Amino acid sequence: MKLTMWTYEGPPHVGAMRVAASMKGVHYVLHAPQGDTYADLLFTMIERRQSRPPVTYTTFQARDLSGSTADIFKSACQEAVLRFKPEALLVGSSCTAELLQDDPGGLSRTLDISVPVVPLELPSYQKKETWGAAETFYRLVRSFAGHGQRATDIAPNSCNILGPTSLGFRNRDDITEIVALLKGIGIDIRVVAPLGASPIDLSRLPDAAFNIVLYPEIADVTARWLQKTYGMPFVSTVPIGVGATRQFLADVRQMAGLEASDHGDASLGGTDRLTWYTKSVDSNYLTNKRVFIFGDATHAIAAARIASRELGFKVCGLGTYMREFARDVRAAALEYGVEPLISDDHLEVEQAIIDARPELVLGTQMERHIAKRLRVPCAVISSPVHVQDFPARYSPQMGFEGANVIFDSWVHPLMMGLEEHLLSMFRDDFEFHDNASASHLHADGAAPAALSVVASTSASTVADLVEDASWTSDAEKELKKIPFFVRGKARRNTEAFAADRGINPITVETLYDAKAHFAR
Amino acid sequence: MNQTSPTPCAPVATIRQRGQHEVFCGLTSIIWLHRKMQDAFFLVVGSRTCAHLIQSAAGVMIFSEPRFATAIMEERDLAGMADMHDELDGVVEKLLQRRPDIRMLVLVGSCPSEVIKLDLQRAAERLNHRLAPKHRVISYSGSGIETTFTQGEDNFLAALVADNAANSAQDKACDLVIAGCLADVVEDQFSRLLTAMGVENFCFLPGRQSDGVPRIGPKTRYILAQPYLGATAAALEALGATRINAIFPLGEEGTTEWLRAIAQSFGVSETLFDTVTSGPRQRARQAISHYRPMLEGRSVFLFPDSQLEPSLARYLCREAGAEIIEIGSPYLHREHVAGEFALLPVGVSVSEGQDVEVQIDRCRAANPDLIVCGMGLANPFEAEGRVTKWSIEFAFTPIQGYEQAGDLAELFARPLMRNAILAEGSRSFGGGRP
Ligand code: SF4
Ligand code: SF4
Repeated sequence: MKLTMWTYEGPPHVGAMRVAASMKGVHYVLHAPQGDTYADLLFTMIERRQSRPPVTYTTFQARDLSGSTADIFKSACQEAVLRFKPEALLVGSSCTAELLQDDPGGLSRTLDISVPVVPLELPSYQKKETWGAAETFYRLVRSFAGHGQRATDIAPNSCNILGPTSLGFRNRDDITEIVALLKGIGIDIRVVAPLGASPIDLSRLPDAAFNIVLYPEIADVTARWLQKTYGMPFVSTVPIGVGATRQFLADVRQMAGLEASDHGDASLGGTDRLTWYTKSVDSNYLTNKRVFIFGDATHAIAAARIASRELGFKVCGLGTYMREFARDVRAAALEYGVEPLISDDHLEVEQAIIDARPELVLGTQMERHIAKRLRVPCAVISSPVHVQDFPARYSPQMGFEGANVIFDSWVHPLMMGLEEHLLSMFRDDFEFHDNASASHLHADGAAPAALSVVASTSASTVADLVEDASWTSDAEKELKKIPFFVRGKARRNTEAFAADRGINPITVETLYDAKAHFAR
Repeated sequence: MNQTSPTPCAPVATIRQRGQHEVFCGLTSIIWLHRKMQDAFFLVVGSRTCAHLIQSAAGVMIFSEPRFATAIMEERDLAGMADMHDELDGVVEKLLQRRPDIRMLVLVGSCPSEVIKLDLQRAAERLNHRLAPKHRVISYSGSGIETTFTQGEDNFLAALVADNAANSAQDKACDLVIAGCLADVVEDQFSRLLTAMGVENFCFLPGRQSDGVPRIGPKTRYILAQPYLGATAAALEALGATRINAIFPLGEEGTTEWLRAIAQSFGVSETLFDTVTSGPRQRARQAISHYRPMLEGRSVFLFPDSQLEPSLARYLCREAGAEIIEIGSPYLHREHVAGEFALLPVGVSVSEGQDVEVQIDRCRAANPDLIVCGMGLANPFEAEGRVTKWSIEFAFTPIQGYEQAGDLAELFARPLMRNAILAEGSRSFGGGRP
């Protein structure tokens, strides 16, 4: 038994729903009690989907447990097929039905259903949402692409894109971006799946020369199976960030037997602005900003690479909630010299953030809330996400445009460079009193209240959480002379410094010792 | 106002439905229960699905460290590799280490814990042995196989009452128990009105603190502030309390009749009653009248959600002049809602339980001006060009009492206003839209 306040992932059948909801012509009959229908709102509210996800819940009750739950399942299947006329039916159990052992797969076989039925076995007490999505996609592909011969005259530039799903972080826009990019270099994209694909499309997967795995958490298993079964190779570079996008294009070209390109990629469905923007002088203030990164493995690893290599930040923490991909994250953490954090306990993540004293947090919806409480700027880079992470505007993460979007969305919560200097220069001016915040941020502090500008409320700041250090009144006065937008950091650093060395109270001396210690 | 005059005993034409239910389970009520009772912690013993449900229904992570959590059962628990009761004790210990301030620990049963017949009552007794009086432990079921949405609150209150019979911290029995979670602001308003009428020694169930649960005696009378409290009513009656019958305090009429039932039961004179209520009644009517033009004559279809539907329909029909097409409710406690139906037009369509696909068909065919439904259905209806109101707001927003009567109207009117504004906006460019 495990004590859980908030979870990063839902149960595995929610992953199956994501795949069903991504596809056309698939319906999912889920043996589950009524409360499990909450999952619909993930799609209709969070993702603002215009139709209900294609799921029928049997919604059995306690009084059915004495024997009729199997019948309820059977009639739900029959009615779903009649009403929705799917091309394929997924059947499976939620956590409760798994305990009943009704065996949806076996029951459905007794029904003489006119469409292919794909039974799902998703062990709810062992596995989670993403695993459930990957398994469902794999089962569907095996069922539909598992027979028949592969053609012999396959064009080498033909490929499939695997992995995007409903509720995936910015998947909708990533696909648009990547498809345009690939078309630009002459790639023939046959099937994108599961998002937007039908079961028939899945049966055409082996007709392409190779696969591209955009989201390994979802599609890695399937790509490996296609490789083993049909000898289809796959590209696994995830094109998030400028460098990775270039690498991705090079890998695809090579796999498609196309010439390597020596004249930049500027002409290819997107312009890289990130590179110049980070080089421009205003970005000087980004240098070595401490960034804490947490999310699914793919987005977290990509974020760390962009942060350190493309933006000049300093990675001060890296982790994932996905144990399945822990190895990759560990390897990446080693590269940046930080301790990897593999955990799905958000309280542990919170503690790690407090300990790392970041100036920017890149995480999920959970870390957004943690950062808000700690008054550290934050940008969301990975699922789980909330309604505001399905923005109306086009905002991919992948490709060159994705890199531009990332530059904006990570840098925006921070104070602008020139502004920092101006504020410091005019700090005694009445308009630049301590409560003024950066001009592009909302004045009420509801927006990322960077740098403890609004430290007057009762909510805890990083400083409070680190240590209840006491300050001599001289030191407190000296601290006030430091520009307010860096004062929060100065306080945090000094207190951490004092705590490490058992110094109490903090004097003017300690303040400057700490400043010297943290100088960079 | 609707033309059909209410008949005293309007026969309820009930459509009974057995099919897919699209309603939250009882665990959902933890979201408001834990806000209400400030020293209680709700520990669901269930699966990852249960944890995900509460978090999704609450909007991911709105509280930093909430006073609810899930003890997620794992493979080794089910395979018998670990003793469930030992495991649970371990989780509780961990929890109380983190939150020693918790006075009442509530173990909440879920579908999985019930299917495997994990006896949480026994667990609570055992834990009490160790933890009482510092922490009191009780249990109830919020499972989806036993309860829908608001019935979780019903089971919680019933458990509180039963526990309290043995362990009340109050020494004096309460004369009047007002049962059902109300927002603090609503409680305060009712308190002022009752006090002004000279009704004393009343208490709210649940209280704001776990030791504030009223003692029930044979002279105790109780009134329900919420319509979904069948088990709570039974628990109160088992201790000798008697029910004051009334419709529910929604709208000016509902609030007046509800207060009047109390007043009559406690011998408050009509003159005093009128003196105390006439000001607020006037205000309530005035507030509603502001929105009435937007609701009058509009047809409304209510999907089942909180069991408040009959009361909402009565309010909509009698105070806002709307026409009711169908009142869906996950469950009807016929005795408790009889007063509501008596005030509704004869022949209004009522459905109990749900077969969601069939009900959606009926709704589309009726083409109502406003659909009151859950979050899973709302956007898909909006995408069809229909106007919806999310029903969950009726559980999360203060709507009871005089001062909220106008707010309640506004909740229904807002989507209609919004729709009108947007329609006007798109027209003003003279077909400029593609
Ligand atoms: S319906 Fe049952 S299994 Fe589902 S969330 Fe509710 S209690 Fe948990
Ligand atoms: S903001 Fe989130 S929690 Fe709030 S209603 Fe919308 S989807 Fe639900």
